[in-house]
Amino acid sequence: MISKQLLKIKSHLCIAQDTFEVVLHSPLARELKPGQFIHIALKHHMLRRPVSVANVDVGAETFTIVFKIFGEGTRALSNCKAGGDFLDAILPCGSYYPIDRLQLDHALIVGGGIGGVPPLYYLAQSLKKKGVQITSVLGFQTKSHVFYEDKFQLLGDTYVATNDGTYGAKGFVTDIITELSTDIDYYFACGPTAMLKAVTDQLETQEGYISLEERMGCGVGTCYACVVPLKEDPSKSKKICKDGPVFYANEVILP
Amino acid sequence: MTLTTTLPGLTLKNPVMPASGCFGFGKEYSQFYDLNELGAIIIKAATGEARYGNATPRVAETASGMLNAIGLQNPGVEAIINEELPFLRPFETPVIANVAGSTVEEYVKVTKAFNHSNDIHALELNISCPNVKEGGVQFGTDTELAKEVTYQVKQASKYPVYVKLSPNVSDIVVMAKAVTDAGADGLSMINTLTGMQINLKQRRPIIANKTGGLSGPAIKPIAIRMIYQVRQALDIPIIGMGGIITAEDVVEFY
Repeated sequence: MISKQLLKIKSHLCIAQDTFEVVLHSPLARELKPGQFIHIALKHHMLRRPVSVANVDVGAETFTIVFKIFGEGTRALSNCKAGGDFLDAILPCGSYYPIDRLQLDHALIVGGGIGGVPPLYYLAQSLKKKGVQITSVLGFQTKSHVFYEDKFQLLGDTYVATNDGTYGAKGFVTDIITELSTDIDYYFACGPTAMLKAVTDQLETQEGYISLEERMGCGVGTCYACVVPLKEDPSKSKKICKDGPVFYANEVILP
Repeated sequence: MTLTTTLPGLTLKNPVMPASGCFGFGKEYSQFYDLNELGAIIIKAATGEARYGNATPRVAETASGMLNAIGLQNPGVEAIINEELPFLRPFETPVIANVAGSTVEEYVKVTKAFNHSNDIHALELNISCPNVKEGGVQFGTDTELAKEVTYQVKQASKYPVYVKLSPNVSDIVVMAKAVTDAGADGLSMINTLTGMQINLKQRRPIIANKTGGLSGPAIKPIAIRMIYQVRQALDIPIIGMGGIITAEDVVEFY
């Protein structure tokens, strides 16, 4: 069940430019599912920061988050220390990729940048444990932003694109997807809205799930700050923090 | 020491209540603590029909506060009465329903709908809404409009009516007197202050609606100043709000 916790910081590592991997301890770690996020409070900041779960170690009761410095809030988060510091967080938040009820042999993972790659790593690991073949396409802005490529390589074929061509293929994830064979059962995408729009258009004949990003208020479904209109009736919406962030790809209208 | 507080239509075990819009209809936060601990609950604004609200982003963090421009998204008064309020029935915490609208007629319609519900104990009139018939002027920044909507709602309501004042006026006392003269049973003070925050990378406001309502600790001194001014002039009950986070904040409002 969702609750507010003080999480002990077990480790804190810089893994790419302005990008940090933090391992947190919580008895609730086992309840965190791929696609879900935690909502972190920071001193002197009014709004919590949603950060998705990048990995879980059930035995150690720990889980991993990965984030990048974008503004003052994430900068404050990057200054937290392993050993003494605790993070005030609400967890588990939001929906998750419903992989336990999907029949699939081959999954395409499409992750864009800091918002997209971390949650899909946890998903890819979970799929691998179920014996699913995984092909991953990861997009970053530039070489110094690339992270987790090696981790994805261990789970299946992995392709990287950078916008400026300083690493991997030059261009976008969609440029790589064009070159791939399409014998996949489902795709799972997470990243900036523009990328999700391009990917869902490109793969519109495929079944898939996407995870959305938006500025959030409460993170638990009360404030209606983060909503997305529904395809079947655009006058209706769902809450990204509570009904999402994971949605069936054809369920929502991307702006 | 007793914290019991009596207000028109309300006997509260303590004077602490979440402000409208901060707490939805109670369901989500009931997962975190027992709602019986609250003195009252002010639910999210109700309009005559369902409203979608504004485009996103709808919130932005500011220094010591936040901006929001949700746009009164709500399922409409009938759905609130039939689908949301029953959840709060088992709790012994009184419910204050927030009433909003684009016309005086819509406010009255929502008020009359709540007359048929036994799940609420008072109304809070949200007069910070634009009046579509008056070119979008907020009811809460025009003395005559504020008077008119307060009077009509008070005439229509079987519940006590608290009018939530907008701080976006040059003299809050004039507005407080106007709605008191029109029959308000109490005031709630203050609603958000209109603000704007720019995303420097995108060179445009963060919030899709451009402007939003500023809340949080940044506005607490303004709330206290305005409540002080109104209390000097009027003897009407006032529910204080704006940037309250700690027990010390609550005490400061007394």
